[in-house]
Amino acid sequence: MKAADMRVPEVGTATPELRRRLDEIWKTGPGIAGFLGTVDHKKIGIRYIVTAFAFLLLGGIEALLMRLQLIGPDLKLLTPDQYNVLFSTHGMTMIFLYAAPILSGFSNYLFPLLLGNRDMAFPRLNALSYWIYLAAGIFLYVGFLTGHGPNDGWFNYVPYSERDFNPGLNQDFYSLGMVLLGISTTVGAANFIVTLLRMRAPGMSINRLPIMTWGTLTASAANLVVVPSVSLAFLLLWLDRQFGTQFFRSAGGGQPLLWQHLFWLFGHPWVYAIVLPAMGMVSDGLPVFCRRPLVGYSLVALSTVATMILGFGVWVHHMFATGLPGLGLSFFSAASIVITFPSAVAVFAWLATIWTGRPVVTTAFLYFSSMILMFVIGGVSGVMTASVPVDWQLTDTYFVVAHIHYVLIGINLFPVLGAAHFWFPKMTGRFMDERLGKWSFWLVFAGFNIAFLPMHLTGLLGMPRRIYTYGPEMHWTALNTITTCGSFILALGILLFLVNVLRSRRHGRVAPANPWDASTLEWSVSSPPPEYNFAVIPTVASRHPLWEDRLQEEQATSSLDRGMLLDRGKEVVTTTPLDAEPDLILEMPGDTTAPFWLTVGLSLLFIGLLLRVVSLAAGGGVLTALAILVWLWPRRALREREPAHG
Amino acid sequence: MSAPLGYLTAAGNRAHTILPLTWFTLAISIAVCVVIALCLLGALRRGGLRRWPVDMRTVPVARGGAGLRWIGIGVALSAIPLLAILVWTMQALAAAGPLRGRAALTVDVTARQWWWEVRYDADTPAQTFLTANEIHIPVGRPVRVRLHGGDVIHSFWVPQLSGKTDAIPGRTNDTWLQADQPGRYGGQCSEYCGAQHAHMGLEVVADPPAAFEAWRTAQLRPAPAPTSAALMHGAAVVEYRCGACHELRGTQAGALAGPDLTHLASRARIAAGVLPNNAGALAEWIQYAQRVKPGTLMPDQNLDGADLSDVVAYLGTLR
Repeated sequence: MKAADMRVPEVGTATPELRRRLDEIWKTGPGIAGFLGTVDHKKIGIRYIVTAFAFLLLGGIEALLMRLQLIGPDLKLLTPDQYNVLFSTHGMTMIFLYAAPILSGFSNYLFPLLLGNRDMAFPRLNALSYWIYLAAGIFLYVGFLTGHGPNDGWFNYVPYSERDFNPGLNQDFYSLGMVLLGISTTVGAANFIVTLLRMRAPGMSINRLPIMTWGTLTASAANLVVVPSVSLAFLLLWLDRQFGTQFFRSAGGGQPLLWQHLFWLFGHPWVYAIVLPAMGMVSDGLPVFCRRPLVGYSLVALSTVATMILGFGVWVHHMFATGLPGLGLSFFSAASIVITFPSAVAVFAWLATIWTGRPVVTTAFLYFSSMILMFVIGGVSGVMTASVPVDWQLTDTYFVVAHIHYVLIGINLFPVLGAAHFWFPKMTGRFMDERLGKWSFWLVFAGFNIAFLPMHLTGLLGMPRRIYTYGPEMHWTALNTITTCGSFILALGILLFLVNVLRSRRHGRVAPANPWDASTLEWSVSSPPPEYNFAVIPTVASRHPLWEDRLQEEQATSSLDRGMLLDRGKEVVTTTPLDAEPDLILEMPGDTTAPFWLTVGLSLLFIGLLLRVVSLAAGGGVLTALAILVWLWPRRALREREPAHG
Repeated sequence: MSAPLGYLTAAGNRAHTILPLTWFTLAISIAVCVVIALCLLGALRRGGLRRWPVDMRTVPVARGGAGLRWIGIGVALSAIPLLAILVWTMQALAAAGPLRGRAALTVDVTARQWWWEVRYDADTPAQTFLTANEIHIPVGRPVRVRLHGGDVIHSFWVPQLSGKTDAIPGRTNDTWLQADQPGRYGGQCSEYCGAQHAHMGLEVVADPPAAFEAWRTAQLRPAPAPTSAALMHGAAVVEYRCGACHELRGTQAGALAGPDLTHLASRARIAAGVLPNNAGALAEWIQYAQRVKPGTLMPDQNLDGADLSDVVAYLGTLR
């Protein structure tokens, strides 16, 4: 590297003058160009959260419609086709458009703040990831609203999704939409991984990371590996449908089971990808309210990684009834039982944290602590389905529906609602209303358990999933009525939460920088944080930089007020992956609408493919290529420099 | 619990193998949830809850407590039931897995949208026959069921006799049934298969050996000949209209798109379990199939009154 590229960064304290200068450098431009061009990870994070929450509401409304249809036997509120599209769209929405993106939203907002830096590694990729997610969501919902929603469940088994049985555009919308969404997930995952490994404050070594970032790192690594599998599956399906290929059609030598392998090879790791970061939220949030560090940090971090590694080897437990040989069944059954151990580590770590702590009961604490029990219920029912012979009875009944909801609502929605209460003051500068918060918590908690605990029994009484109606002689009526009532209570709780958010955003009590007296870096900056996050880059010396004065045994002293200034441009520091030694100074790219136009181009391309309009697809392709060209055009200002060490 | 599809009662060999394991895992699951709930409540009480709003800085922050021991003991304790479940699972898998030994009978079941074609194969074609949605088996004998996917994936499930096995186009999956007691056991498609997945029922009827042989002999016969003018008219309409999709052995109706009707009247239910098999239900099904089971391949027939009553009367004679 040339000497001219070397530079020793100035070190100093945050002065008003410095803040003014950083503000000038980092602020998002005005107007529509600023809106479409911003690469501020906090704005993108909030967009993610708001969009994902909107999808949660849509998915919830779909669920309520289904619950009305099932409240009693032989009802005709919905036609079979309407019901089938609704349950498929509900699954697609909750799993792909809510559960993962909401976590991406929190991670996007929090990553640089938790890690002590000013931005994500690839800010433009970050913007692209959001825009494509939005485009894919709209694409899929245009299908739904024009009567072409998915109609084969979220896991979309062939051959029912093939053209012979499914001639409409439904499956074309779903296939292409999922391929499009896969691009968003993939670039987002790459961004999280590089950010975590390279964009931390000096001194934030790998053993000082907040658990949530461990969860997101692990989930992102898994996504990079498995999303190609599902994107490929949907692409092959689309080729089967549109060009007569025979990948999944047995008549032409294809294999229907290939779809299931490709899908679950992705699908099961994905389940962990949508719970591990949420478990991380609990691991980070719960200790704050228990007034002590998390018990067993290293074990919890390692078990997060272990869960994911084991998670690659359990996908066949979705296919126990497909007639696979006994040896394979035994292996996947054992693996699915073994994966309980890392989860048990987390559960006992949380329990011990409460047991040895001094809990302060806030709404966030209620969500985080009650989640432990929901997690265990979802976990033990998972062990039951891991036992092959038992699963031959349980699978595809409402027992599994209850299980998946304990997993997804218990381990994703509960932590997310807790996280919303926890980080709301950071994001908006105002508290959420605690009274309203507790009301909504108890409604959500009661409604959820009333709806889904009896559903285990509905399953044991033999109700198959995905049936649009049932007869009175089946003995399922009372249980279904209870479930429907519970689902409406749950919905009321979510509605109250929404009211609370909207009201508190304007009228909530003003929050200081560290309203919960928490220990991690995001609480060292103002609420809401400035666009540059940290006026000076902090130097971290422990896992709990803001509690060092009180955790006496840690002699470490992090330096939060004094550090690198990096004010000559839109500068950040990169660090080494394990020890977080300062490595390079990066000049970050500014606002640009290239990711937006790339998304517009890709969307046109996909609409062209959907409707088989070649000119539209070609136009979209050209626009995509142009946007990439503008994006990647080399600029002298963005070269790297190396700082002197020490 | 008398839920027709409930699997907390077992009436067959394989279900008997699975049921105790189901109860065992269920009991352990409930016990674990109770223990964890108690630990959670205990932890909350022990800490002495502080209600918001409090000045967080006044609540001391400190480590302490033997927290790590929780993880060690908790995980070690969890290992015991998990290991027990694992061992029992492997043992039950061997016992309830593929049939060892000879089957008394082999039945080929082809799952179709939204009914079950049932073929009793034999070495001589004359001993082979087709029926639908109602599978008769001799009680106390292992019966092999070969599952074929006729169109999309379905799953064959008779909870009180056995767990699920998928019927997948392009491959043949084996399962087997053995009933302890004579009786009727409900079953249902349990893999989503399209509009009428909800109405794809079947019934397994376990007969004493003599009754089973009698049933088989009766099923081998062609459709009984009509014995009156009205029945002959009914038979003619059936041959002409129904014969486009259905088979009635011994008549001109020989299509295999829909269920075999040769001995329709011997079956307890029609339309894959949706309706009981009586004159009123038959008439409703024939005229308004799309209302009863929207999306079914069976079209509404719009027969006029005389045709309809003769058709229903004729179908009623197909014992």
